[in-house]
Amino acid sequence: MAEITMRDALNQALREELARDEAVFLMGEEVAEYQGAYKVTRGLLDEFGPKRIIDTPITELGFAGLGVGAAMAGLRPIVEFMTFNFSILATDQIINSAAKMLYMSGGQFKIPIVFRGPGGSAYQVSSQHSQALESWYAYFPGLKVVMPSTPADAKGLLKSAIRDDDPVIFIEQERMYGMKGEVPEDEDFTIPLGVADVKREGTDATIVARSLMVPVALKAAEVLEKNGVSCEVIDPRTIRPLDIKTIIASVKKTNRVVIAEESHPFCGVGAEISAQIAERAFDYLDAPVKRVSGEDVPMPYAKNLEQLALPDFEKVIQAVREVSYLE
Amino acid sequence: MATQVVMPKLSPTMEEGQLSRWLKKEGDKVSMGEPLAEIDTDKATMEMQSLANGVLLKILVNEGDSAPLGDPIAIVGAEGEDISELLGAKKSAKEEAPAAKPKTEEAEEKEPEPKKAEATSKPSGPPKEEEPKPVTTPSRDDGRQLISPIAARMAAEAGINLKSLQGSGPGGRIVKRDVEEAVSGKVERIPTAPRLRAVPARPLEKGEVYPPSAYRDEPASEMRRTIAKRLVTSLGPVPHFFLTTEIDMERAADLRGAINELYPDAKISINDVIIKVAAAALIQHPQVNASFQDKNIRYYEHADIGVAVATENGLITPVVRSADLKSMPEIGAEVRELAERARARKLKPEEYMGATFSISNLGMFGIDEFTAVINPPEGAILAIGSAAPKPVVHDGQIVIRQTMRVTMSCDHRVVDGAIGAKFLQTFKQIMENPLYLFLSQ
Repeated sequence: MAEITMRDALNQALREELARDEAVFLMGEEVAEYQGAYKVTRGLLDEFGPKRIIDTPITELGFAGLGVGAAMAGLRPIVEFMTFNFSILATDQIINSAAKMLYMSGGQFKIPIVFRGPGGSAYQVSSQHSQALESWYAYFPGLKVVMPSTPADAKGLLKSAIRDDDPVIFIEQERMYGMKGEVPEDEDFTIPLGVADVKREGTDATIVARSLMVPVALKAAEVLEKNGVSCEVIDPRTIRPLDIKTIIASVKKTNRVVIAEESHPFCGVGAEISAQIAERAFDYLDAPVKRVSGEDVPMPYAKNLEQLALPDFEKVIQAVREVSYLE
Repeated sequence: MATQVVMPKLSPTMEEGQLSRWLKKEGDKVSMGEPLAEIDTDKATMEMQSLANGVLLKILVNEGDSAPLGDPIAIVGAEGEDISELLGAKKSAKEEAPAAKPKTEEAEEKEPEPKKAEATSKPSGPPKEEEPKPVTTPSRDDGRQLISPIAARMAAEAGINLKSLQGSGPGGRIVKRDVEEAVSGKVERIPTAPRLRAVPARPLEKGEVYPPSAYRDEPASEMRRTIAKRLVTSLGPVPHFFLTTEIDMERAADLRGAINELYPDAKISINDVIIKVAAAALIQHPQVNASFQDKNIRYYEHADIGVAVATENGLITPVVRSADLKSMPEIGAEVRELAERARARKLKPEEYMGATFSISNLGMFGIDEFTAVINPPEGAILAIGSAAPKPVVHDGQIVIRQTMRVTMSCDHRVVDGAIGAKFLQTFKQIMENPLYLFLSQ
């Protein structure tokens, strides 16, 4: 297995799926000639030509709608948002068309589309360009929401997302494109949607983390291990459908839970997971479920304030110590 | 506009009511909430209030006559109003929405059963009472013992008395490690005597009464459900079985005599002692203070004891709430007062419904022993025979002792033979040595 960046792992997934199925095509702002704002689509125009790698105007609602129409007509579009911050403009097509078409057509129209692009916090791009939107999309039945935390997961999950017959929101973490990891080269390598991954086994506390918070949680777990607290780190990988079973099994083992997420706490994915834990594993809890989230404020521009607004491994350690009654 | 007054539902089992007495005459002014009539239900005589302001224009049901639920019994409206249409509609009124249903229905129809408490046994209040307060756990500053769910479960499974633990979590919360330490023996357990009497969360305010017992529902196990299913095909729908034991009553009689000597006003009867002892035994055997609820077994926290009272109109069982928390003189006074009102048919439904266990005593009629029929959904009833001098073997000698035979009828769906027998064993033990009542808190 080669060690490659998440950017290249995603590129591999796109290339392999474009080659595998002629119905797959990619469109978005700067995806073709410029090879992607984050270079995820590097080389694809040369390889697959302008019919399948399409530069769009700056019209998120327009090309998202085009994608939904193409999916209804039998193609398998991949729509890249330069960042998920811009997907906000396309939400009518995503939420009202893509998510609901199968239901509203009585099962006549499948929408095999992937909306992908970077999301979550970025470096000093301020409030409008540095935010986590997964709970928006996870809220709606009809959408699947995927957030990889390693290059291998990114490749395996993106391939599954492209092959999936439902609309999938695929959120890549902007800060993680350069993260390296071993990635299988096998063209048949996929990771099923809706299956969580235990990134680290432990016995004393469960940290549920996704996307960028997974490496943060793993680092916290390493430090805590030295202090005698054994943490299990669970990455749901797919926010919807959520693999709550794996989380509950872990809670039953450790009795303590910290949920780490970049998003705001209010109505966040962590709130949902916390509620489900209370519903399904109340009798196994030794402490209230603790969330470590981004602060409940718009992301500040100033570097020092940005740092304070984001969850980090020290906050995760503190939370684990609290639920373990070590404070 | 004139409205019909219809026969209200004044008890949960009522199907028709008898008009005992009109408190207003035709032509009298009535205002909302004012008593209009007295209605005899199947259980008691109850006042019915007017739901409208106006004049009692027409009485449709005379004193002594009966009417089914929802049938018009009177018309209230403005003076001189034409009511011919309403009179014509008398027959079909039952199908119409009973706009003039008296207010009493709402107040009285409420199930006297307690609201469902949470698994952690929060007690419920009686209707219209304030927020329920937890009573089971020992009190801290704010009256609550904090404990994490897993710690509570582990302690219950290990049979550890929570009072014996010091919580190490925030605010004294008992957490998993505290229970683990107790289990591993690092913390010495404070031995506790069998719990014969429950501890109230707080003293009652003046004029306050104990609410119906709180309870927790536990899902009936598959085995339990199979037992229930099989037994009702044989003997049903409440499959009874009977356990009888003979009790030496010498000390109970002494105790009763001593209390009455000290407190001549108390006038406690042997039946009051029996109620108290049964309540204490129930607290020790919660499986008997329980009710089969199809999918669940309902375990009550307190012993609300139904006491069978014979009246001219038939049997009724007023309930002594939380008898486990009350003294014998308190029980005695309450039983006398309830029985008196039962005979006068003045009991409210919440006073004769929702017992967790019942006692029927025919000893005063010289009955040696008998079997009583369980009052569903209670799990058991205790039938008390007469206490009489009898030759028995005592300390190897044949002597004359006061003895009494009691027979417990058990609902086999919830109480198995051995469980019933253990309860009865405790009952007998305390009865024969009532000092137990004072030794254990």
